[in-house]
Amino acid sequence: MKTAVIVFPGSNCDRDAEVALRQASGSDPAMVWHKDGTIPDGTDLVMVPGGFSYGDYLRCGAMAANSPVISQLHAHAERGGYILGVCNGFQILCETGLLPGALMRNTSLDFVCKPQTLKIESANTAFTSAYDGVAEISIPIAHHDGNYVADDATLDKLENEGRVAFRYVGNPNGSARDIAGVISENGRVLGMMPHPERAIGGHEGGTDGIALFESLMTAA
Amino acid sequence: MTDTSAIISAMQAEQDETSAAEHGINTEEWSRLITRLNRKPNLVELGIYSVMWSEHCSYKSSRRHLSKFPTKNKHVIQGPGENAGVIDIGDGQAAIFKMESHNHPSYIEPYQGAATGVGGILRDVFTMGARPIALVNALRFGDPSHPKTRSLVAGVVAGIGGYGNCVGVPTVAGETEFHEGYNGNILVNAMAVGLADQDKIFYARGATPGNPIFYVGSKTGRDGIHGATMASAEFSEGDEDNRPTVQVGDPFTEKLLIEACLELMATDAIQAIQDMGAAGLTSSSVEMADSGGENGEGIGVEMDLDKVPQRETGMSAYEIMLSESQERMLMVLYPDKIDLAKKVFEKYDLDAEVIGMTTDTGRMVLKQFGETVCDIPVAPLAEDAPNYDRPWVEPKKRAPLDMETIPEPEDYGEVLLKLMSCPDMASKRWIWEQYDRHVMGDTVDSSQSQGNAAIVRIHGTNKALAITSDCTPRYVAADPYEGGKQVVAEAYRNLSAVGAKPIAITDNLNFGNPEKRETMGYIVKAIEGMAAACRALDFPVVSGNVSLYNETDGIAIPPTPVVGGVGLIGDLDKVATLKGAQPGDALILIGETKGHLGASLYAREILELDGEDAGPPPPVDLETEQQNSDSVRHLIEQGLVNAVHDVSDGGIGCAIAEMALASGLGIAIDDNIAKDTEALFGERSGAFLVAVAPEVMATHHMTGDRGTQIGSIDDSAQVLGLPLASLREAHEGWLPSYMSKVD
Repeated sequence: MKTAVIVFPGSNCDRDAEVALRQASGSDPAMVWHKDGTIPDGTDLVMVPGGFSYGDYLRCGAMAANSPVISQLHAHAERGGYILGVCNGFQILCETGLLPGALMRNTSLDFVCKPQTLKIESANTAFTSAYDGVAEISIPIAHHDGNYVADDATLDKLENEGRVAFRYVGNPNGSARDIAGVISENGRVLGMMPHPERAIGGHEGGTDGIALFESLMTAA
Repeated sequence: MTDTSAIISAMQAEQDETSAAEHGINTEEWSRLITRLNRKPNLVELGIYSVMWSEHCSYKSSRRHLSKFPTKNKHVIQGPGENAGVIDIGDGQAAIFKMESHNHPSYIEPYQGAATGVGGILRDVFTMGARPIALVNALRFGDPSHPKTRSLVAGVVAGIGGYGNCVGVPTVAGETEFHEGYNGNILVNAMAVGLADQDKIFYARGATPGNPIFYVGSKTGRDGIHGATMASAEFSEGDEDNRPTVQVGDPFTEKLLIEACLELMATDAIQAIQDMGAAGLTSSSVEMADSGGENGEGIGVEMDLDKVPQRETGMSAYEIMLSESQERMLMVLYPDKIDLAKKVFEKYDLDAEVIGMTTDTGRMVLKQFGETVCDIPVAPLAEDAPNYDRPWVEPKKRAPLDMETIPEPEDYGEVLLKLMSCPDMASKRWIWEQYDRHVMGDTVDSSQSQGNAAIVRIHGTNKALAITSDCTPRYVAADPYEGGKQVVAEAYRNLSAVGAKPIAITDNLNFGNPEKRETMGYIVKAIEGMAAACRALDFPVVSGNVSLYNETDGIAIPPTPVVGGVGLIGDLDKVATLKGAQPGDALILIGETKGHLGASLYAREILELDGEDAGPPPPVDLETEQQNSDSVRHLIEQGLVNAVHDVSDGGIGCAIAEMALASGLGIAIDDNIAKDTEALFGERSGAFLVAVAPEVMATHHMTGDRGTQIGSIDDSAQVLGLPLASLREAHEGWLPSYMSKVD
């Protein structure tokens, strides 16, 4: 599988994403600088990593969503390519319109970093197939703006179409209907606040994120 | 329109002793200054002398005592004197680290003060070519009941998180304590650890004449002017009005600056580099000039201040030179690399300008609007800075506690509950959950497991660094020499307790006004005690910071010399934490059974003894300290122990409570300890608890010379008859409940 990671100014999980993709795919992802980089032809999966793009001084992800590389991301999505947005990456995907909804400040108003139990809502997706038979996993979270909001009609639609990938067990941020990750209509784009790339072994974050990357490797 | 001639005449105006006094320069220093200069200085020159000769930049009260620290062992590549200390960690790599205080600004403006403290210490580390891989902080606040404490905690924690989380360096460990002695002067000490290749380490020294001086990073504004001078004076009520002298942090720009600097450092463009920290452009340029030359003989600098990127219009040379605007760096480049360097910084949309040249004159010459506004010799600024031998008196030894007068408590469990929920011992989860501890993907163990030291993997290897910060001000106040020894010994012990080989420390010495003989006595004796421990344990000081004048209205903080220790773990499969105990494990005490209640947590929280009455601290036997630490490290290396915890605040009682909470299991201990206050809650140096599986007990000599079995692990979920659930509730509950109160 051919992978790429977009690097914005202020991205800080780009190296973690690189390590996780290398570990899963066996080859180096292309690191694409937002300003002048290109997503290489034939890329199967683009990861939009976490961090504080442009410092998140404006609404999280709003500046990055207007960066030069985003037109290529849209083209990749239209081709049916896979996209994984984590944390700030999820916020950016919502800002670009590739995913519905938005992420607001946590209801506690504080940044929160901890291991988070997630319920696998559907193992019937390209991102979660390797979790088949697994009810719950633990993945670290680390965010200030992870409170997922959308109107009721959108939330109903997401649930009815099986596009809620993960739900929080013990909601850490006030997200509507405990939603931790959502998938696009074509099933090829996942945005999630928890960091699966921080749960790939040898680390305090555990190993429960490995299956997510394995799912993707068999999908493409 | 800027009236340039008005600015120039103000800059060039000759200054007198009164003006010098307003700049914190005393009569003796004034006469030294005009002798060196052979004339009176103008305003720019006076401003430059005042910051370079401030306590903060010159260490004029502590320098002669700091020289007592050992600064070398076989691992040390660079000791004190550069931006940070550098140690050899094998395989051609180096760890670069330093701790620094941001106490005064954090009291005045907690969010920005703490945030820029983190930013500053990160720059010290990446200036030297290291990618920062971990942040640690040591915080001390006033009494929880003091009206300012809650908002200071909230602001400082938000500031540390706001900066560290954004810049993407994990905050992996820390300590937070409360005491009324910090009511008017909180302590915010931040430590950064970075990783570099040994052949890619950059220094402030070594610049030669004829090369371009390159300014990069944020624009210069009027923020933080005279911050270094503020940090060198006592506070009095109303000093919150100093808020304009606190800098504002921009972690996004810092992140870009890290990436851009490391990208440029991968080329051969930089001859010397220095971050702009306290006293900004002044100290960075003076330090590079003073340590310049092929043999460190010193060089000159000439800078055109009109070229300095400025955030505001109409800034004077004085303001430009003294600004402490954040996220700025000064480099000396090789002349043919200017275009390359500009291109790198352009990629990250950062300002980058050539603002001057190095010269062979040994003078600092500054121009603004085409006029010379400063022309002074460099050497007196740095080398001739005052170096005082402040008078001091040795603090009085305290009488031992009279044990006859101390009754055994009725319920040891109740005491444990009280200790584990007192502000100093209560869980700091509310704080560390606001810090990203996992970014960079190498955090093996952090505050999350409440262990002895954080463990951060060296990226791409199976090796790791162990990192800890330690200080027990109770002990230092009770006996600065023994307390000073203990601070260093505790760092050594904490690193050993996770299986690391301790290598070196950075220190952050926080004290009151050194012009008072009693305070100076604490400074001198604490340094001597620390130095003795550093020597005995082969655990040298490689970098550090001194923060004096932590006094408000004449009342000094408790003496607080904080140590940040770094150790090396050669094989990540051989580490220990305090959470791995299994039911049936034997609990072995390595160290003395007898504890000391003097200056203990028990004395303060339960017996309510303070000051003189609390008695002397436990003695520190450095030989035992080293033997026991070595012994524990060997046990970990051989894989013979399931869990390890050092015995410190609150003695064995609190240590077993923490081990039980970490594993979710119960611990039963023998009555000779469980029913003896001195043994149970008394404190001691050089002691560890290890949990050992029965089969290991059967095959290895774990007791005798090595240790004493004092109990065992079980699945009762109880400690001293106390259910873990209630212990956890009290331990975890205090801080969130305190922070959610509304006055």
